[in-house]
Amino acid sequence: MLVLLFILFAGMAIGCALAVVAQRNPLYSAISLIGVFISLACLYVMLAAPFIAAVQVIVYAGAIMVLVVFVIMLLNVEEEAHRRPRLKFLLPVAIALSAVLIAEVAFILVSVQESRITPASGSADVGLTQSIGSALFTRYLLPFEITSILLLMAIVGAMTLARRGGLLSGNDKTRRD
Amino acid sequence: MEPQLSWYLALSAVLFTIGVTGVIIKRNVISMFMCIELMLNSVNLTFVAFASFFQDVTGQLFVFIVMTVAAAEAAVGLGIIIAIFRNRESLDVDDASILKL
Repeated sequence: MLVLLFILFAGMAIGCALAVVAQRNPLYSAISLIGVFISLACLYVMLAAPFIAAVQVIVYAGAIMVLVVFVIMLLNVEEEAHRRPRLKFLLPVAIALSAVLIAEVAFILVSVQESRITPASGSADVGLTQSIGSALFTRYLLPFEITSILLLMAIVGAMTLARRGGLLSGNDKTRRD
Repeated sequence: MEPQLSWYLALSAVLFTIGVTGVIIKRNVISMFMCIELMLNSVNLTFVAFASFFQDVTGQLFVFIVMTVAAAEAAVGLGIIIAIFRNRESLDVDDASILKL
């Protein structure tokens, strides 16, 4: 049963990921990427991590993708034209590099099969919100605070970049108003 | 038969490879950005799989922090994309091959 669910969600994730790369319209890629996020959230539930699954749906499929779709619609992105690529060797290089990556992974998996990993016998409430929260606010308090500083920097940086007449708008017409 | 740890790792590796391929062959900045998000998510899957199989909460905290970094990256990256579009009227990376705006 779990194997069937894994195959279903993994197939969904790989199919949607391929669609992300294959689509020419960025909006369709965004919708496919939401499909990847949802199927990954289902896999997280299978891995007994309900909190991460919920955060995945809310933060990734909710916040980040809404931002991306908003920008796509704001900039009115048209479909990618069938232009001849400037670097003709880019597609073969991409295929070769991904073949190398897949080969490396297959090699690792084959060599890992010999030493089977048995699940450690720890506490069973690893994925719950309570255990994540208590670890976040005791043992990992410093990374948590650093993350908040990172978010503050991101807020200031995004406002500086996107502001009309801001740091990066070299156009004089936009600077005046 | 239960899904093994290596299955999840293989799925994550495949997703990461698809993301790398997308970053290489795409020319639209927003599409490349979405492929980077795909790579981040595949790494998250690795973290959650290890955390679940080793019964250790640390991996899930890493996922939490990766998600925060991804949100910050989305905010700043989309701000940069809007600035580039305002200056060049194009989202093609070939038109923005010089870092100077």
